[in-house]
Amino acid sequence: MQISFTLNGRPTTVDVEPATLVAELLREQLNLTGTHIGCDTSQCGACVVHLDGLPVKSCTLLAPALDGATLLTIEGLQGAPGSNLMHPMQEAFREHHGLQCGFCTPGMLMTAVALAAEKPDLTEAEVRHGLEGNICRCTGYQNIVVSVMAGAAAMNAAKGE
Amino acid sequence: MKEPPFPMLAQGKVRFVGDMVAFVVAETPEQANVGAELLKVDYEVLPSVVGLLEAVRPNAPQLFDDVPNNICCDWELGDKAAVETAFKKAAHVAKLSLVNNRLIGNPMEPRAAIAEYEPGTDRFTLWTTSQFPHVVRFLMGALVLNIPQHKLRVVAPDVGGGFGVKQFHYGEEAVITWAAKRVRRPVKWVASRSEGYVSDRHGRDHVTEAELALDETGKFLAFRVNTLANMGGYLSTFGPNIPTNLYGPLLGGVYTTPAIYCNVKVVFTNTVPVDAYRGAGRPEATFVLERIVDVAASEMGIDRVEIRRRNMIPKEAYPYQTPVLVQYDSGDPMGCLDGALVAADVKNFGVRKAASASKGKFRGLGYSTYVEACGLAPSRFAGRLGARGGLYESATVRVHPTGQVTVMIGTHNHGQGHETTFAQIVSEKLGVAFENVDIVFGDTDRVQFGMGTYGSRSLVVGGAALSKATDKVIAKGKKIASHLLEAAEVDIQFEAGKFSVAGTDRSKSFEEIAGAAYVPHNYPLEVLEPGLEEQAYYDPVNFTYPGGCHIAEVEVDPETGTVTLVNYTAVDDVGTVINPMIVEGQLHGGIVQGVGQALFENAVYDEGSGQLLSGSLMDYCMPRADHLPMMKVETHSTLCTHTPMGVKGCGEVGTIGSPAAVINAVVDALSHLGVTHVDMPATPNRIWRLLQNASLPVAAE
Repeated sequence: MQISFTLNGRPTTVDVEPATLVAELLREQLNLTGTHIGCDTSQCGACVVHLDGLPVKSCTLLAPALDGATLLTIEGLQGAPGSNLMHPMQEAFREHHGLQCGFCTPGMLMTAVALAAEKPDLTEAEVRHGLEGNICRCTGYQNIVVSVMAGAAAMNAAKGE
Repeated sequence: MKEPPFPMLAQGKVRFVGDMVAFVVAETPEQANVGAELLKVDYEVLPSVVGLLEAVRPNAPQLFDDVPNNICCDWELGDKAAVETAFKKAAHVAKLSLVNNRLIGNPMEPRAAIAEYEPGTDRFTLWTTSQFPHVVRFLMGALVLNIPQHKLRVVAPDVGGGFGVKQFHYGEEAVITWAAKRVRRPVKWVASRSEGYVSDRHGRDHVTEAELALDETGKFLAFRVNTLANMGGYLSTFGPNIPTNLYGPLLGGVYTTPAIYCNVKVVFTNTVPVDAYRGAGRPEATFVLERIVDVAASEMGIDRVEIRRRNMIPKEAYPYQTPVLVQYDSGDPMGCLDGALVAADVKNFGVRKAASASKGKFRGLGYSTYVEACGLAPSRFAGRLGARGGLYESATVRVHPTGQVTVMIGTHNHGQGHETTFAQIVSEKLGVAFENVDIVFGDTDRVQFGMGTYGSRSLVVGGAALSKATDKVIAKGKKIASHLLEAAEVDIQFEAGKFSVAGTDRSKSFEEIAGAAYVPHNYPLEVLEPGLEEQAYYDPVNFTYPGGCHIAEVEVDPETGTVTLVNYTAVDDVGTVINPMIVEGQLHGGIVQGVGQALFENAVYDEGSGQLLSGSLMDYCMPRADHLPMMKVETHSTLCTHTPMGVKGCGEVGTIGSPAAVINAVVDALSHLGVTHVDMPATPNRIWRLLQNASLPVAAE
């Protein structure tokens, strides 16, 4: 079947098998391999993308659900529109050593950006609770939490400008 | 030692759930899955055994006809007679039986591989999620598929976490490489998480009886440990080394115990093969020792910190020869302990405990003062212990004509930040800007033979090779400079990227020397080869011995049995710190992996069927962000005396020190109820049951 949606700001039309998962569509058909698949039970969160502005696990979403929707993947995350700059949240992860192997990072970033967008003054406890659906095996989460707090603050500051 | 073969695909008998029986190649994963479902395997169900105690019983099902009682090897270390004599003289003997729970590594990237065959050159390329591509090339090429080394390229690019799980050669790698030639097409295989649970090598899984003999002042006289170690269904790459060579030699800990004896029976069971998992043998040793120290302290009425102090190796006693082979070169366990007591604000613990009590919660504090052996490994020492590989490392420093540098190194980065740390070393030593140094690893066609990354060895062994190779570059640079500056070589100094003649203002920059090496018009060609590229191999003379003091603080909710880790403090001696942020990151991650073992993670098998019950992230509880407090991590370093930069390694310390600290804290929180030991993981279910039993009146038992 044919579906049309907005992918990282661009209108996109693709032919998909109805049983295709969004994560598979992104990786195998659209070559957007930044979205990672770390499990098969929707536990790890490496595949989080934004569907109409909300974070979802793309490994449990069927591709037909995208028809007419707006999808943002890690490849679409950026600083000022049109710039080559990193998103403030990406910058914060880099600055605060918020990643080690990097496999969980795309999902962490997408979740973190959504968290920060939803609530500007995040507390540490809220960040930890908000990241509950994203598993990292490398960092012990400490620097991820630090990064998300810093990234949220930077997003806020950018909004104020 | 019994070494039954481990075929790529099971031959006649399947020995664990996850043992590969067939392999389907198709155009798409969907087709391959359908193909696999069409395969009908005619199984005749045989009796199975998954538990250690059951596997060594006289009439237990036997995995291999020629391995009686399922015992792969019966290993011992230490002076048995001296230990027995000491026990006879003891004023007190503390005893402890414990289980070290089986773990599943769960790197976030599942294992994956692609194999390709080029008929024109008769060459194979295997891309694989490996921590040691050269070793895979050697094991698979030379020992499994009979592919000459020069016809096999193994590439392991950025890999999504390893923790040991990816430091073995796996059957899937061999099967797809074989298939790529057979079908004349690249073949790709990606494990699902569920597949990983039953095929990634597992970790830990010990059952141990330990006894500590003490004199009337609480001085340790002797330590005796008997362990059964689960190997699973076959021997994996490092398998039997882990519960023996990486376990027994650590039983001395940071203490002066004069006599130690350890017996380990390595046992086959119908479970996934067990191999190295972050810490590998050393967390198990630390857990036994640090737990029994607490048990002894409690039984003798001595404060837990005081009993540790009375037995600790003083700083000035280093180098210190233990009775279990290893000789610690340096350390200051007392310094780490003192630092941690302050950092953890132990003096106000009573106030915090009272505050918890007023909310109906039990608060406990737990210590782990520990040491580990890392920087794997001195090859001669390993050889004496029966290991069959050398564990040196290699590095090539290639200086380009314009002075930028490319490093080829035999270690493998899968999240440890080697590109940063190694580039820092080169940048500092050669005075080349950080951004002008590139680190290349993970490709057997680009990098000279190297042993990869595991056992906290990258900086300790790989960094040493890199340091040596860099020194060779400087030495050659001095020769070139001596020619260009017309001065004696001994008068050439190298500092901050400049070769200069001592006591003069005459100098040549590093870039000028590099240029001269590659355009040798004015060059001592009679005595010196052109070019500026040096290689070094480094084989360590000893292990390194990082360690420290970890203090965990927990709060137990008696209503639910939930244990909450409320504070965690680590003061570690990792030797020289090259990049503090990376070291802290390694410690954070390592500690949480140990906390995971202590509080959440458990690989559970069904005894009747041999099925893995904890076979998904739904059933196997991984630590999550909201399980943890902000940890306090500090270093208290003494310098390693035998590594070029004084480094000791930091990849595993966190995982080695933390399980004992956490469980000691849980036991402390519950000690007023008569609880003396808690097995891992201290889940709400386990704690709640313990509390129910503890609250029964003694007469009713």
